Amino acid sequence: MLGFFIKRLGLVVPAFIGVTVLTFALIHLIPGDPVLMLAGERGIDPERYARLRAELGLDQPLVVQYWNYISGVLQGDLGNSIVTKKPVIDEFLTLFPATIELTICAIIFAVGVGLPAGMLAAVNRGKTLDHAVMATSLTGYSMPIFWWGLLLIILFSVTLGWTPVSGRISVMFWIEPITGFLLIDTILQGNWDAFWSAVHHLVLPAIVLGTIPLAVIARMTRSAMLEVLREDYVRTARAKGVSPKRVIMVHALRNALIPVITVIGLQVGVLLAGAILTETIFSWPGIGKWLVESINRRDYPAIQGGIMLVATVIIMVNLLVDVLYGVVNPRIRHQR
Amino acid sequence: MKTLKLALAAGAALTIMAGAAQAKTLVYCSEASPEGLNPVFYTAGTTFDATSVPMYDRLVEFKQGTTEIEPGLAESWEISEDGKTITFNLRKGVTWHSNDVFTPSREFNADDVVWSFERQMNPEHPYHKVGGGSYEYFNAMSMPDLLERVEKVDDYTVKFHLSRPEAPMIANLGMDFASIFSAEYADAMLEAGTPEMVDNNPIGTGPFEFQMYQKDAIIRYAANEDYWAGRTPVDNLVFAITPDASVRYAKLKAGECHVMPYPNPADVAQMRDEDGIIVESQEGLNVGYLAYNTEKEPFTDVRVRRALNMAINKDAIIDAVFQGAGKKATNPIPPTMWSYNEDIQDDPYDPEAAKKLLEEAGVTDLKTNIWAMPVQRPYNPNARRMAEVIQADWEKIGVEAEIVSYEWGEYLKRSKDGEHQTVLLGWTGDNGDPDNFLAVLLSCDAVGASNRARWCDEEFDNLVMEAKTETDQAKRVELYEQAQVRFKEQAPWATIAHSVVFMPMREEVKNYKISPLGKHDFYGVDLAE
Repeated sequence: MLGFFIKRLGLVVPAFIGVTVLTFALIHLIPGDPVLMLAGERGIDPERYARLRAELGLDQPLVVQYWNYISGVLQGDLGNSIVTKKPVIDEFLTLFPATIELTICAIIFAVGVGLPAGMLAAVNRGKTLDHAVMATSLTGYSMPIFWWGLLLIILFSVTLGWTPVSGRISVMFWIEPITGFLLIDTILQGNWDAFWSAVHHLVLPAIVLGTIPLAVIARMTRSAMLEVLREDYVRTARAKGVSPKRVIMVHALRNALIPVITVIGLQVGVLLAGAILTETIFSWPGIGKWLVESINRRDYPAIQGGIMLVATVIIMVNLLVDVLYGVVNPRIRHQR
Repeated sequence: MKTLKLALAAGAALTIMAGAAQAKTLVYCSEASPEGLNPVFYTAGTTFDATSVPMYDRLVEFKQGTTEIEPGLAESWEISEDGKTITFNLRKGVTWHSNDVFTPSREFNADDVVWSFERQMNPEHPYHKVGGGSYEYFNAMSMPDLLERVEKVDDYTVKFHLSRPEAPMIANLGMDFASIFSAEYADAMLEAGTPEMVDNNPIGTGPFEFQMYQKDAIIRYAANEDYWAGRTPVDNLVFAITPDASVRYAKLKAGECHVMPYPNPADVAQMRDEDGIIVESQEGLNVGYLAYNTEKEPFTDVRVRRALNMAINKDAIIDAVFQGAGKKATNPIPPTMWSYNEDIQDDPYDPEAAKKLLEEAGVTDLKTNIWAMPVQRPYNPNARRMAEVIQADWEKIGVEAEIVSYEWGEYLKRSKDGEHQTVLLGWTGDNGDPDNFLAVLLSCDAVGASNRARWCDEEFDNLVMEAKTETDQAKRVELYEQAQVRFKEQAPWATIAHSVVFMPMREEVKNYKISPLGKHDFYGVDLAE
């Protein structure tokens, strides 16, 4: 088991280096000099221009810049934001809980709806219910997040007035962050009005962000279930008179869950990418919105550090899924 | 599901009840987070709206809704005979805000003024390096060259010593970077070893006191009870940071905010029909233009420039490029600026006359280029499209133009060096002074810098330079009016358009005045019950 874990961990290192090279290259390949762009029509005198470039370290060759950056990262220093002058890591940690809170709720929504829907479709294969579930999930999967979000806002917030349009909590509340997770902080402070306001604000963004993973999970559950339902042991179970409910819930579902769990793990990346758009639409103060604003402001250290931290989270979640998978299924850890 | 619905309903009810129990709160759906909480480091309007506008005051202020200067923390001022010394008489009885770590022991005085400028101009000042030490706007306005010394004469008198006479200096002192900070707070924080508190936990004299900021989510202010110019009518001001324009609109409709900036131009017509929402509008403090390189043939000839101007159909540009969110420009300064010359007639759109004028100048088969910026600017939302419209217009009079574009930084650099024949560009004003347009963009000194037409006209230049040192306001108005006449005769640019700024708000919002300087100022704004 330890050998398996170390092998998996070994794969993380090249993935990590790849991410740093890629983000660094992407940022520097985009044409445009951040200092000139900031100055705009007003222009800047050559002396000050040179000084500002030197301050940002942009006067050095790219290789040197990359080296400086990487050695900083290895010492846990992601640099300071050009705009706010605060350490990138601090800004990330302040905003990350909001993203996690949203992402977890989106996963709960996606699994809670996607799993039963996929099962129902598999059991009712070829019937109207199956077609309905599959058509809906295909639509959900193809739905552009931006449009979907606006659509829900117009229906539920503007027309029906059931949910607030955007934000994380009503502006009437003033919650000092303890853990950074509003649902937890409001309970800790015993402020139930604020708690409900936070829940209220979470509903639409969680649905929007969870839609694509929901569709993927529903389709994956359906096909995994169909495969398992064809297996000999299922037929045997049925033959010996086990109730259909028990065959599906116990014998089939358990085995069908293995590929589904993998897919859920992979969806974490999709969710974090989707969070960038969802947070922008719903003015959700998380890292997605922060990254977009950093890009607009050409805040190199923030973009670089932010992408790297997000990538780290995705790599770690996948490592965890890999390892868990090995724990669940001994065949995997003994292969190779 | 039923439980969830109940929960939602309960949540909604409680939110509303909580709202009703609160005092009068004005909610503004701002478009982005401020870059930081100290305006002196930045140049973006978003940052000023959240910092210098609500929390700070300056020696002089722009009268709300105008570009005119009025007394602020200075009650009056005198300019010396040689124009190089300005003496400010400071206001008495102005109090500072307080917070958890600081309670002021004294009122505003001359030490605060000296401190605020010393920090930016003196590299030896203990606060100069705090917060990164880059004072963007102070530098961009050439203050290090212009401002020699700020001298405290007594507690309520300060002298500004300049290196040369400069009438627009007074307007500069109304700008955001010239906000006045508490020297006492700064000293206390320096002693406590936390100088960065001055930048992160603002203490000002302005109409609103800082309460808290949650990054990317919300900024809260409370009314300053003792504001020297009178307490503002609302109790609280909240900025709900909402980056997407469609979502801001939805929030406004749902009553989650009272005022929103920067709507999508396409939504404005619908907003106007909406019950409970009103849309105010005004020209922005900017101009979009096409500059002829007057050092290159045949643009050295004024007849050619005028002919090309007459061939441009500006109405078509306003429709196609601005989608109605623009206004045809006649003069190089926007109509909201003082000294704007109303009497000047714009060149008529007349392709036939244009053709004749070109023939008269002996120009046939003219081949030229039009440079189009690669970025969206307030004064030009789509330069490529604008260039195409002009290209088509010029083709009608037999002029063939090729459209050229570069990456933005490169574009600015090459056009500064005069590589173009005609170039699309524009300008957004800083301090509401006509000098900030006419001298910066069209004077002889600015050739090789912001003067993209590379136009150096003695008559125009003399007028503008005289106005720069003239201290009598009425005379300055007259000089600038004449300068605009000369500009129109000589046509170094085709003046294309000024953007139109729209401010949608709920109808219960009272006394909101659109600022021609692009600020969003909520002092004096009230909410009807």
